[in-house]
Amino acid sequence: MSYEEKGTWVYLVTSAGAYAVYLAIILGRVADTPVADVSYAAVLLWTAGASIVASIIGRTLVETVSPSDSRRGDVRDRDVSRFGEYASRWFLVAGAAAALVMAMAKVDYFWIANVIYLGFVLWAVAGSVLKLVAYRRGL
Amino acid sequence: MSKPTRITNSIRALRFARGEMTQADLAQRIGVTRQTIIAIEQGRYSPSLEVAFQIARVFKVPLDEVFQYPDRESR
Repeated sequence: MSYEEKGTWVYLVTSAGAYAVYLAIILGRVADTPVADVSYAAVLLWTAGASIVASIIGRTLVETVSPSDSRRGDVRDRDVSRFGEYASRWFLVAGAAAALVMAMAKVDYFWIANVIYLGFVLWAVAGSVLKLVAYRRGL
Repeated sequence: MSKPTRITNSIRALRFARGEMTQADLAQRIGVTRQTIIAIEQGRYSPSLEVAFQIARVFKVPLDEVFQYPDRESR
């Protein structure tokens, strides 16, 4: 497995994991608080930040346990990355479009922020899955 | 596993004909990862024209001795 493919696995696990933690915390708060009063911003920022830190630590650990031949990406890595980003961009577009419509409809900030965050997470997860499929099955 | 490309290649045979050159050695000589050589050999990745020429140059053979593109009928 190449350095970039391992990195894609780490990114997939950390981004999905961080969102799962966020969702678990927020759903716990929504149960006993009106949505408009739920404090989500700090949890969102912390889980997003933790995802980045976990991704760096995870990549370092993976390389320690199973060192790659080279830490430089090549033309195939770039092709796979381009494919994944291109095919998954619709999640980001959908999240932004949904947030735009919700803002115009004066929906509560909680939902707007969360639909954007969900768009980012789906973009990251779908992009990673597509890249891994491309690495395994070919381009 | 279905191959995403119709391009076939003789890289494995050419490597063995050149003193059992390793995938890692070939990868290093053309500046790609070993995993990319494996993917090309297995037909999971069609290299760019530039990489294809680089591979042919390593083996000192014409491009069509390394890569083949069969007619659809002959698959």
